[in-house]
Amino acid sequence: MSSNYYVPAQSKMPLVASIGLFTMMFSFGHILNAKTYEYSNLLPTVLMGVGFVSLMAVVVYWFKIVIWESRNAMHSNLMDKSYRWSMGWFISTEVMFFATFFGVLFYVRYLAVPWLSSEGAKEMNILLWPDFIGSWPLFQNPDPEKFPGPKAIINPLQVPLLNTIILVTSSFTLTWAHHALRAGKRLALRNWLMVTILLGISFLSLQVEEYIEAYTELDLTFDSGIYANTFFLLTGFHGAHVTLGTIMLITMLGRVMKGHFTANNHFAFEASSWYWHFVDVVWIGLFLFVYIL
Amino acid sequence: MNEATIDIKTNEMAHDDHHGPAKGITRWLYTTNHKDIGTLYLLFSLLMLFVGGAMALVIRTELFAPGMQITTPEFYNQMVSMHGLVMIFLVIMPTFIGLANWMIPLMIGAPDMALPRLNNWSFWVLVIASIVLMSTFFVEGGAPSGGWTFYAPLSTEYAKPSITFMILSIHLLGMSSIMGALNIISTIFNLRAPGMGYMKMPLFVWTWLITAFLLLAVMPVLAGLVTMMLTDIHFGTSFFNAAGGGDPVMFQHLFWFFGHPEVYIMILPAFGIVSMILPTFSRKPLFGYDSMVYATASIAILSMIVWAHHMFTAGMPLAGEIFFMATTMIIAVPTGVKVFNWIATMFQGSITFETPMLFAIAFVALFTIGGLSGVMMAMASVDIQYHDSYFIVAHFHYVLVPGALFAIYAGVYYWLPKWTGKMYNETLGQIHFWLSFVSVNLTFFPMHFVGLAGMPRRIPDYSLQFSDFNALATIGAFAFGISQLIFAYIVIRAMFAGKPATQEVWDNPEGLEWTIPSPAPYHTFETPPEVK
Repeated sequence: MSSNYYVPAQSKMPLVASIGLFTMMFSFGHILNAKTYEYSNLLPTVLMGVGFVSLMAVVVYWFKIVIWESRNAMHSNLMDKSYRWSMGWFISTEVMFFATFFGVLFYVRYLAVPWLSSEGAKEMNILLWPDFIGSWPLFQNPDPEKFPGPKAIINPLQVPLLNTIILVTSSFTLTWAHHALRAGKRLALRNWLMVTILLGISFLSLQVEEYIEAYTELDLTFDSGIYANTFFLLTGFHGAHVTLGTIMLITMLGRVMKGHFTANNHFAFEASSWYWHFVDVVWIGLFLFVYIL
Repeated sequence: MNEATIDIKTNEMAHDDHHGPAKGITRWLYTTNHKDIGTLYLLFSLLMLFVGGAMALVIRTELFAPGMQITTPEFYNQMVSMHGLVMIFLVIMPTFIGLANWMIPLMIGAPDMALPRLNNWSFWVLVIASIVLMSTFFVEGGAPSGGWTFYAPLSTEYAKPSITFMILSIHLLGMSSIMGALNIISTIFNLRAPGMGYMKMPLFVWTWLITAFLLLAVMPVLAGLVTMMLTDIHFGTSFFNAAGGGDPVMFQHLFWFFGHPEVYIMILPAFGIVSMILPTFSRKPLFGYDSMVYATASIAILSMIVWAHHMFTAGMPLAGEIFFMATTMIIAVPTGVKVFNWIATMFQGSITFETPMLFAIAFVALFTIGGLSGVMMAMASVDIQYHDSYFIVAHFHYVLVPGALFAIYAGVYYWLPKWTGKMYNETLGQIHFWLSFVSVNLTFFPMHFVGLAGMPRRIPDYSLQFSDFNALATIGAFAFGISQLIFAYIVIRAMFAGKPATQEVWDNPEGLEWTIPSPAPYHTFETPPEVK
């Protein structure tokens, strides 16, 4: 019971991580401002690298310690539960993060753009851009001189459909890996995990391919008006999450190869797979609302 | 893993259950102890209270008389914006997290917070976020000046360099709050002593549990919002720019989807504190415990669907105005349940008026004033008159200063003897209360009048007919500011000197925190207590 609850001794990690994080964020601010307000940005760039590397070093070290604690049976059942609750609710904050961007998509699509093209009670657009005609996807922005619109959009039935199949399949392969882990079939575990990682990497490569096509052939760029804004914001943050998920799975593969995890004690694996299923579900939403509809 | 690394790690790991705190400064830098981290949060926010307070006094000095006194309009706007950001993100929120750190494990019989290292990280991320925020004063163009709400396009299309740092600071603050909230939720779900069922938890724990869920729900939205600001400023997107198909009003929707629950994040723990203190000094159990829990939960749920009442003048369909007006007024019902419960708790009690009780009673009375002016503003048609006037300023300062801040004072006086093991000076405490009570009303009550008469907020100058009330408010503000120095003195003195406190401190108070010695030992409840 909680008499065994593990309270770690004091630790330098949070402070060092914070200093790294501070260096990174503060320099990042300078880099952005340097770009927009035209300052020199050499020093901030270097410092941002330093901050990032030190933050990552601490994060890696921190995880190593937690793994060490777990393998030395310092985590009671209660500790395990604390990790479960925290991971679960952390994913719920990620859900809210994506919900924000979906909210933006629906708001501009069903309210802002129609209002701009004079739907609704107030015909405000006459004062601003009388010629603007709303549509979705929006090829012609209200002020096309300032924000030239895209020529075309990504065809949902090519790469995006393929990516949907890839990502959904990867959720299945990951679940098979999990079953194999529970049944103690280490070889199957390793193979299914590898397949999942390969699927993740193929998804990301195709996504990069799609971005290249968007930029070079379709004039669909991050600054080409609200359609492209929502498109890149949603797919971009999703891609970032898939990247993080893939890194998590690669770490899990490394640990599996080292012989970590038992049939009953493998929360890190479960947490990574929760995260993976979460990015999968977000993708279904993306495929439906960003690409198809 | 080779021998050497294991050696290092064993060292890092060394379980210090049976030792006291580490010696020297590293105790505070590297600590994983919930009491140390709570102390750090509380001292940090006490410092920031004076920083934000100094900004408020600059504002009040400028408004002492019509015409420009000591600031330029640009600097005045920076003061207004930074005062809001500092008081919300660096004073009220961290204080509540500090109190949660100190008290939740003691109240539920837990050995510590569920994730102690993450707990420490939350604190240090808060510190670096505040450094980034304060650094904006030294950036070309000065600190953010578009108000604490940093609306588009003022803070997107027309952003100055410091907005970038403000945005990154908000990312960090969000990270810190989310980690803190995860920790609090895991602690409450997981580390309650055997027998401590959900409906036996002290109300401070309950209100914090609900607050933590609000944080998880809305901080990511704020993070998403400021990320879009960042891309609008630096990467040519047009989320909040109608020229590219976006909408500046969407900024307001997103902001207040975060911003309205945020005000409940700043008041729900205050409800919890007051609900702990009133029963102790009335020598009666809390009236209507269950209804308090349900009222808190209802307020939290309703707070997610009222946000557009901040935007009645921004333009929205009639159906929207009616919806948000109705939901806002409904919040008055559970809030009223709470106020009546507090009064019923005191009814026919044998009340004594120690400092915590004085602050708690003042909270009930003055928070109700702020709450009632809130109901007035909820009416969409009337709000058009109140909007952006000093009436609004009076309203939210009544909720936050004699509301949230007074509840914090009440809580600090109530638990200080448990933290330091010494009684604070009761006479000074009473002086602090009466000075604060009179001056807070002198500061904010006249704002109702000038606001209704049409004085706009966020403007450094005003027309002549507002002079007298503004002069009064400034005098009140300085009196209030100086009174808080007494508070700082009382707290710091109680750390080092004073009559030793008993285990119970007060007259038969309820709760696990009073079953341990004062000061609370460095490690408590390593073996969970049995709760009947």
